[in-house]
Amino acid sequence: MQKEENIVQLKNISVAFDDQVILDDLSLDIKDKEFITFLGPSGCGKTTTLRLIAGFLEPDEGDVLFEGKKINGVPAYKRQVNTIFQRYALFPHLNVYENIAFGLRIKKWPENEIKAKVEEMLKLVNLTGLEKRHIDTLSGGQQQRVAIARAIANHPKVLLLDEPLAALDLKLRKDMQKELKKIQQQLGITFVFVTHDQEEALTMSDRVVVMDGGKIQQVGTPQDIYNEPENAFVADFIGESNILDGKMIRDFYVEFSGQKFDCLDKGFQENEAVDVVVRPEDVDIVPVEKGMLTGIVTSVSFLGVHYEIIVDIGGFKWMIQTTDEHFVDDKVGLFIEPDAIHIMKKSEYSGLYGDYSSYSEEIDHLSDIIEEE
Amino acid sequence: MNKKSFGNQLLAAPHVVWSVIFIVVPLFIMLYFAFTNADGGFTLENVKQIGLYKKAFGISILYAAIATVITLLLAYPMAYFMTKVNISSQRMLMMIVMIPMWMNFLIRTYSWITILANTGLINTFLGKLGIEPLKLINTPGAVILGMVYDFIPYMILPIYSVMSKIDKSLLEASEDLGSNAFNKFRRVILPLSRPGIISGITMVFVPSVSTFYISQKLGGNKTMLVGDVIEYFFNAGPDYYNVASAISMVLMVMILVCMVIMNRFSDDDSEGVII
Repeated sequence: MQKEENIVQLKNISVAFDDQVILDDLSLDIKDKEFITFLGPSGCGKTTTLRLIAGFLEPDEGDVLFEGKKINGVPAYKRQVNTIFQRYALFPHLNVYENIAFGLRIKKWPENEIKAKVEEMLKLVNLTGLEKRHIDTLSGGQQQRVAIARAIANHPKVLLLDEPLAALDLKLRKDMQKELKKIQQQLGITFVFVTHDQEEALTMSDRVVVMDGGKIQQVGTPQDIYNEPENAFVADFIGESNILDGKMIRDFYVEFSGQKFDCLDKGFQENEAVDVVVRPEDVDIVPVEKGMLTGIVTSVSFLGVHYEIIVDIGGFKWMIQTTDEHFVDDKVGLFIEPDAIHIMKKSEYSGLYGDYSSYSEEIDHLSDIIEEE
Repeated sequence: MNKKSFGNQLLAAPHVVWSVIFIVVPLFIMLYFAFTNADGGFTLENVKQIGLYKKAFGISILYAAIATVITLLLAYPMAYFMTKVNISSQRMLMMIVMIPMWMNFLIRTYSWITILANTGLINTFLGKLGIEPLKLINTPGAVILGMVYDFIPYMILPIYSVMSKIDKSLLEASEDLGSNAFNKFRRVILPLSRPGIISGITMVFVPSVSTFYISQKLGGNKTMLVGDVIEYFFNAGPDYYNVASAISMVLMVMILVCMVIMNRFSDDDSEGVII
């Protein structure tokens, strides 16, 4: 592991536009040379955070520190960070070569050094030979590569990436994910990446910052975020999850869906109300007599690798992923290992997520029943 | 398919008819007069006479060029400023630019006489301050002022329209890559607004070089522009139609050459509105 130094620090940042709070007392340390990702739904404040670091926006309250020094009020052009913009923002009046040379010309590099640098960058992003091409003759993937080359030609200490892959198709996006990760490791630059795509965040990042409502919900490694979500929002946003109301009877023992289960969590008060997360892939379907819970299959979808089935257990719809085929109206048993259960403290997000009712084909029927009640 | 395209052609018919009657036919009439004598026989005499009016051509081009440069220098910052303010202010500024265009061109020009005349607004005001009256009207300066005043909206509007379409993220990208305000302007805003500048120059230079009213009202009889010469001959009666047509034709060829050259500058980025 490299020396863990903080290169960018955000301290108690608040930003509001027209009385609407965008960032709410946000603090975060970004370590040198790490690949950190801001993940969250649109409007969660992730892009705003990026713009604060880039210098396009000043916080209403709080400080932005770069290598330990406060950089509030330092204009963007004086900051040692570069940005890859969402729509690339390549200069349409310049060719590929001049786009990449843009920052170097401003720094008044000698022509031969610029040439060498541009060639090096083109090689890095596999675009050698396209120097003279006009920007609008390039494909989306090629434009993306030019944007990367243009930004890193300036040797930024931190590279900010604002949903750079959002406009690419799936196949290309997967390739670029690997390539970006490779470039990051090769150059040893801190990458601050913004995305709403959880899979992208998990694949590429050293650490993921999950955001919602202008607040950080959780910071951690992809494994932490997936396996140990801190609240119902994180559990729901990252992957699929069944989130149930539960009660912690005592350490390592929890009650939900009317049954009691062994689990691996502790540190709660006796009989504390909690949110229980069970990932769909961690549930085993067994014959009814062996099941810890029993329910009726209400929907089956075949997704290639596995089936996604919805099981109604006492009115709560569970999502379960299984490689075995089951049919609608089958009565099945569910078996849940202690390590498949994750317990979270109650939060403002409790009760908002985690039920797959809307997944079921009988949603209309279901809502009729509710109305009748 | 064929039927549909025939329908589309039919839609264009009124315009085609209009163009033929009011553009193509007059052009051929002009060409006919330019290359014939009073008896209708072919001759190059009229075209050969053009040399006599080279002073008028020279002054016209010079004044139009000066007016175009001044217009550009005034309009560009104005257009830039218009893109910087909020939307409602942009609309208001746009109105301010456009309102004079709703007024008749002759009236607008005429009103400058009352401002610039020896006993006009400015000199009356100066007289009250005890300053000697200035010679304002009937000078080259007054003619150029008239051109600038009359045609400046045609410079502001195309520049503004191109400039306001510049993607804000390009400006941020240039800052991100180290541009201060000056570099941002020189390396991004200026080159990207070039199509607007080119079309503005064309739209100001062409009417300036061929104007005759402005020079007569604000320049007195001293400044004879090509437009004045043409008007003079047409007013002189049918005998002079041939010469007037020849001068018109040469002027038109010159303007066309200018436009071709200008369009060269804007070659591939064709965002500007070139009439």
